[in-house]
This record gives sequence, structure tokens and C-alpha cells, in this order.
Amino acid sequence: MVKTVKAIGHTCAKYDGRPDALLEILHETQHEFGYLSDATLIEIADILNISRADIHGIVSFYDDFRREPQVGPCVKICRAEACQAVGGEALAKHVNDAGIDSHDVYCLGNCALGPAIMIDDKLHGRVDTKKLDTLLKDRT
Amino acid sequence: MGNAVTINAVTIYVPCDAAAVSVGADDVAAALEKEAKLRGIDINIVRNGSRGMLWLEPLVEVETDKGRTGNGRIAYGPVNPEDITSLFDASFLKGGDHKLAHGLTENIPYFANQERLTFARCGIIDPLDLSDYEAHGGLAGLHKAQAMSPDAIVDTVAKSGLRGRGGAGFPTGIKWKTALEAKVDQKYICANADEGDSGTFADRMLMEGDPFSLLEGMTIAGLAVGATIGYIYIRSEYPHAVKTMRRAVEIWQDADLLKDKVFTIHVRMGAGAYICGEETSMLESLEGKRGQVKVKPPIPAIEGLFGKPTIINNVLSLASVPIILDKGAKFYEDFGQGRSRGTQPFQLGGDIKRGGLVEKAFGVSLRELVEDFGGGTRSGKPVRTVQAGGPLGAYIPPSEFDVEMDYEKLAEAGAMLGHGGIVVFNQDVDMAKQARFAMKFCEVESCGKCTPCRIGSQRGKETLDKIITGQDVEDNLELLEDICELMTEGSLCAMGGLTPMPVRSAIKHFPKDFIGT
Repeated sequence: MVKTVKAIGHTCAKYDGRPDALLEILHETQHEFGYLSDATLIEIADILNISRADIHGIVSFYDDFRREPQVGPCVKICRAEACQAVGGEALAKHVNDAGIDSHDVYCLGNCALGPAIMIDDKLHGRVDTKKLDTLLKDRT
Repeated sequence: MGNAVTINAVTIYVPCDAAAVSVGADDVAAALEKEAKLRGIDINIVRNGSRGMLWLEPLVEVETDKGRTGNGRIAYGPVNPEDITSLFDASFLKGGDHKLAHGLTENIPYFANQERLTFARCGIIDPLDLSDYEAHGGLAGLHKAQAMSPDAIVDTVAKSGLRGRGGAGFPTGIKWKTALEAKVDQKYICANADEGDSGTFADRMLMEGDPFSLLEGMTIAGLAVGATIGYIYIRSEYPHAVKTMRRAVEIWQDADLLKDKVFTIHVRMGAGAYICGEETSMLESLEGKRGQVKVKPPIPAIEGLFGKPTIINNVLSLASVPIILDKGAKFYEDFGQGRSRGTQPFQLGGDIKRGGLVEKAFGVSLRELVEDFGGGTRSGKPVRTVQAGGPLGAYIPPSEFDVEMDYEKLAEAGAMLGHGGIVVFNQDVDMAKQARFAMKFCEVESCGKCTPCRIGSQRGKETLDKIITGQDVEDNLELLEDICELMTEGSLCAMGGLTPMPVRSAIKHFPKDFIGT
């Protein structure tokens, strides 16, 4: 906990404790700890002098913020139109059937080379079920 | 200004663009390096942006003496790491023939037939080399702007006819004039890089391939309206672009181009909310709040970020400003037609043979884009429809592909330009499912502030479910039209207001998909 408090204090100080930098602070905190726990959020709220209700409202609004630790790699599957047009739905079904923890996103900006997925910030294009299995195997 | 390269070393370009990397560009660069070392050959690999011919990625280009800089490159693609040995064997470093060779990059029809203004440097320069940027025409617009009065800069932008490339198409010059006339202590410039529309990737490509052009455009905007702080709001789905922009901003600030004036730029990353591409929602997010839409007026140009006058422009609008200042309003205005002046970077995606970025003057037909540039579908199946202008844009059938792509002509056809995305679907597409997806997307991404959008999208999706399963189809289609009308007329912003566009266009052009057999 002491380490947590210190790290959060450091992150907030980097942004001069400005409430408008909250998204950056949340991103960095999540990057550091893997997710946003109650304790970290309370600490951030105290430092930025905003209410716990406010910070809950903000964290819950944005899809990127996790309140639970991420198990395994973070897999984002594009479910938007351009990937739908080239078999993205079959890919999503494959991931679902395999029981892989994944997030639906709407466009990764790789619309000419779909279906697209992102694994831990690394973008992959022209992904079929075979390529996906290889990619995930490489990660574990 | 010369770069420190080994004499006689051949320069090879391998894009660092996220799309190119997504299909193996990093591996190709590593394999090239390794093979060259093995053969004792000196090569100089430059990680450029993408030329936009995405079906050829990873596209490897070799610099030859066959033309001026950028014009003498021989293209090979799509290159896989396994192809590297055979490329060396075929003397590709001297432009040798190979099954992947396409001749001079700039002679490839897809590229040669474009009119590149905003993307003039993308894929040509090293994205993070400021001297390379300047050597290819960068900074010329800024230097001219520095010698001009704020009024003259705004006037030039207004006369060029530039309109917002984010989708709304509002005249950029008028927006700037409004902010210029506000007499307050602090103003802001915000670059909207929350490119959430599916089927679009031009902002990403530009930020990764020519980031300084955005910074130059923002700086000129700052000089024009008297703003000293700029923000670039980039969506978190673009980690490559965020990284490149952050580095570019450091280089730009260190270069101290304004001397006695100050313009500080910050890069901010979104957090996975589509709605933050709506300008008032983006401002809320920049202030560290929930990205909820606000009522206009007041318009941001009068009361924006932290309550101060704020220019919010799309990445492509801002990146078009330097060339307008450099070559003059008339030069830019001479491209395009009617009230749509200049060029539009179109993005071809979905089931398309030659997907990528095509920058053309307004007025190019949808058919030219899909058939001549795009070459039809990647799958080889017939094209059934395209969705133009992102997830809130209309579905257009091939019988209407002769529509000229400009703001007004598309509006007349019941469609919209949006951010210039074109997604191609083949004959297998079920349009009732696409209509349902439009409602579902709105349900997922609605900020929840206004009822027509928040509830309308849910009821719309449920109604479409009934139609798809054949329950009281006629009555439910009538109800769906009611919901569409309510959403269009009653929503606070374009999210709820335009979601009916793909739904209605799908019903209009493909009624059989809804009525069933």
C-alpha cells in the first residue's frame, strides 16, 4: 500500500495534480498496477481533490479502464463494419468459443487489412483463425 | 541538411505505419538488416510512413537514381520475411526484377492518379526527421504565416474554401474568425484525432507518416487566432500514433520555431469512448470528465475548453492548412467543385481488392474509387453495397455509384461524406443485420445524455430483432421509421441524429432483406 500511495503521488505530481489530466493519470496508474483498484482510485481522488463519486463516474464511463486485474493478454477484436465485411464475426465467434477473454472494439483503424485485432497494443491485420491461434500461442 | 548516411549505402524504405506493421513490416525490416549483414552489404533502412497502398504492405522501396527524391524509388510488395533472400538474389538493391516488383512507386496507377496535397509527404519522408520534413516543403506555410497578420491568415484559410474534414464540413475559416474576434486572455487549439469512425484511418496514417504537418497546421492556427496552447486528443486504439505524435511534439518544441512567440502542444489519449469524437464531448474528456455531449450554443469557438475560445479541427483540416498558406488560397480552391473545395483523403476498406488511401479532388465518383482504384472486392464476389462516411453514413447500392463525392452531391443522394471512409460489402451481406448493427453501435457508444439516442437505439435494435425474426414485419417497420424520425429530430448530437441514416438507407435500397421471403 505504501508503494501504491507513493507511485500514485508521483504520477499525479507529474501533472501538477491537475484534475483535467485525470485520464492520463488513470492510464498511467492502470499501466503500472494492471488495473484500477478501489484503493488507487480513492488515493487519486484525494490528491486531485475530487469526490469518489466523480472518479467512479469517470472510470465507469470509459471502456479502457479496468476495475479487475487483466488475466492473460489484452485481446481487442474489431467488431466494426469494415472487419465484418471480411469475416470479423467468424473470428470473434472463434475467440468466444475458445473461451479467450477479449474485448469488443469498434475500429482499430486497419480497415483495408481486416479482420484486425490488437494484442497488448500490438496491431495485427488479415487475421484468420489460424493466425489468431498462432499469435495467442506465442503470448502464453 | 544532409542526413548522416554511409556513402554508397543503398537506402531502403520500410513503413513503420501501424497497418504495415500489422502485416509484418517490423519482421521484414529485421530480415532485411540480417540478410544485408550476412552478405556484407551496406544498407540504410528508413522507417517511413505508408504510401497508402495498403494491399501492397509491407511495401519495401529501394532508392535508385531513376528520379528525384521520392520519385526514384522502386516498389516491392507485399514482402514477407521469406522473400528477402530472393529479393537480394534478384539484385533488388539496383531495382532488379522480381515477382513482387512494381516498378517506380510513383508510376503505380493507384498512386499516380491521386492528387496528394494533405498527404504529399506521407510515405516519402522519415516521419520524425524535421530536416527531411523541411526538405520536402514542410515549414514553408508556417514561415509565410509568421510574416502575415492574424486577419490575413484567417482570410487565406477562408478563401481556400477548406471545410471541416471530420464530417460536419463546417467552413474552417469562419470557425477561426469567430475565435479570432474573441478578446480574452487565453484561447486553445484542439486537434480532434479521435478517429472513431469505422472504415477510416487517414488521421492515423497522417500522424504516423507526417506528424509535423499536423503540428505546423496547429501552430499556424495558434498564430491566426492568438492561441498559445494546443491539445491533440488521440484515441487509445491508436497506440502507434500516440507514440509518434508524442515524440514529434518533443522535436517540434525543441526546434523553437516561433522564437519570440509561444505555442505549447500537449498530446492527450482517449480511453475507448467513440462519443469523444464529438467536439463538446471531447472538450469534457480533455477537462478530465465523463465524455458527455453538451448543448450548443455556446459554440466552442466562443466558449470551449475551460470556458475559453477553442478551435476544434479535425487532423486532416489542420494538416491541410500548411499547404494552403504556402501555395495560397487559390491553389487549394482550384481543386474540387461547387462548395466542396480542395481534396479529400478517401479511405477504401472492407472487402476490397486494393484497399488504402486515395486523396482526390472533390468530385471523383464513388464508382471510380471502388472500381478503378479499389478494383472491386478482395473475395472476388460481386459488390452489393458500400457504406460511405463511417458507422453513421448511408449504405449505397452499385446502381448509385456514379454519385460525385462532395458534401452537397452526397447530401442530395441521402448520404454523407463523413470522414471519407468507404467500406465495401460483397453479396453475402445481410442488410437487416447491418441496420441492427447501426442501432446496436449507437446503444453501446451513446453517451447517455439525451433520451432519443440512449433509449431510441435500444428500442430500434429490439424492433429490428422482431423484423429479422419475422414478427409483424409491416407494423414493426412503421415503428422503426417512427424511432428513426424521433432520433433524427430529437437527439442532441450527430450520434443519435445520424444513426438512422444507415438504417433508413438499408431499408430503402434493400427492402427484400427486411421483408423476408
